Amino acid sequence: MTEINSDDCQVVVELVGVEKHFAGQKVLSGVNLRVCEGTTTVIVGGSGEGKSVILKHMLGLVKPDAGRVEIFGRDIATATARELNDVRRDFGVLFQNVALFDSMTIFDNVALPLRERTHDRPQQIAARVDELLQMMDLPGVGAKYPAQLSGGMQKRVGLARALALNPKIVFFDEPTTGLDVHKSNEIYRLFHHTQARVGYTAVIVSHDVPKIFKLSDHVALLSEGVIQGQLTPEEFQRSENPLIREFVETTMGPIYSSEREEAAL
Amino acid sequence: MKLYMLFLLGKIGDYTLYYLEHAGRMNVFLGQCLWRILTPPYRIFPVIQQINFIGARSIFVIFFTGGFTGMVLALQGYYTLRKFGSEGLLGSAVALSLLRELGPVMAALMVIGRAGSAMTAEIGIMRNTEQIDALECMAVDPLRYIMVPKFIAAILSMPLLTAIFDVVGIFGGYLVGGFMLGVNGGTYFQGMYQSVVWNDVEMGLIKSLVFGLLIVWISTAKGYFLHWERSGGFGAEGVSRTTTSSVVLASVTVLVWDYLLSAIML
Repeated sequence: MTEINSDDCQVVVELVGVEKHFAGQKVLSGVNLRVCEGTTTVIVGGSGEGKSVILKHMLGLVKPDAGRVEIFGRDIATATARELNDVRRDFGVLFQNVALFDSMTIFDNVALPLRERTHDRPQQIAARVDELLQMMDLPGVGAKYPAQLSGGMQKRVGLARALALNPKIVFFDEPTTGLDVHKSNEIYRLFHHTQARVGYTAVIVSHDVPKIFKLSDHVALLSEGVIQGQLTPEEFQRSENPLIREFVETTMGPIYSSEREEAAL
Repeated sequence: MKLYMLFLLGKIGDYTLYYLEHAGRMNVFLGQCLWRILTPPYRIFPVIQQINFIGARSIFVIFFTGGFTGMVLALQGYYTLRKFGSEGLLGSAVALSLLRELGPVMAALMVIGRAGSAMTAEIGIMRNTEQIDALECMAVDPLRYIMVPKFIAAILSMPLLTAIFDVVGIFGGYLVGGFMLGVNGGTYFQGMYQSVVWNDVEMGLIKSLVFGLLIVWISTAKGYFLHWERSGGFGAEGVSRTTTSSVVLASVTVLVWDYLLSAIML
């Protein structure tokens, strides 16, 4: 089903037979996924299917019950804390609820990875933070606290923080959930812009279908605990797989029909 | 009946396993934090910030509680000692009680209430809102970044706060004994001078160091392992419940260790 060969790309993330139980309930039952360097892979699926759980496996926050989670060829399921830390140096993460440090200013939030992981002088860090906030169209918010910003602005600060150290791979957990169309488009525009500039590999968990298809090189549907196929957006929409087909039809067919419309028919 | 017995046994086993696991986790956490205190990189500024929060900003409450503890000790002690005609021993009675027992214990309880609860809540909320996960994913070690400054600050602050408590308490006792009850000031301090030896001071010092470590350990670990709490560490209620249980556990542990240390050192 998976139609990506390791021969024609540099594999960055590879999940092989990943299984996970939570309190006796099987969430993932043998997930296989492969992400190539420089590409954007979107994981879609219904709520509660375990999309975020897959992401947490890739981040090393959750260990699989069985299977391998390889990042740059290293299995992080069995890695020591130090090895895991080394792998994470190339990560950027935008969490679902952004997870900004709420008792720090926006400036300190974005500066934190720079302060902790580089030996840059304060002036250099300040310049970099300004540059990042400028890139996210957020000039002049440095002195504010996360709670003083709107949801969309918080997401952009989160993106600035995730990109502070020019990561090789960036994970997005529901980057546009809870934002209106305008704000979502803004996030997508920034995503495009920054990926073109930094050239990172992206893994996005989203259910903003079909809009998210425009950004993606590959779409993977998680259903019934396994990846139902990792295909290009065009292939995905034409797939014969009944589960994918059902997903495409429910999300992209007649998107919404009110009860009144139905009654009129 | 047989089923009920099995159910009971299962429950007991379940609880035992949970608490063993939790104890193991907390001990590993302590070891990891202590190891990180000793290994570079060392950071001064965050430690100073935490000393300000745990130590300096506790001085006011320590001043008050210390003063009133000394005063009530003098009041109670005076009426008891007078029965035996030995009011002259008031100074040594107040000083010894404060230095050996009340100083370290009361100061520790005050710090638990003021700083320990705040630490649990702060770290618990960071855990709940994925801020700790975010740190980990940035390859920033949360133990080194959050816990180490708190550990160093608490271990340094506790003996100093205890010393302040003792001194203020002794003068509080003098205030009541000397000015209200008419004990001669010279006698008060002379009795103290004769009966207090270095061992008493040392005992208080060691106790306060141990209490400092216990407080910061329990307070931070409770917040850090919020998601493992058996009662459910979810949401605002999870944080409040965990903070409560952290304060209770820290207070009880301090009192138990107070007894143990006294038994060893006396």
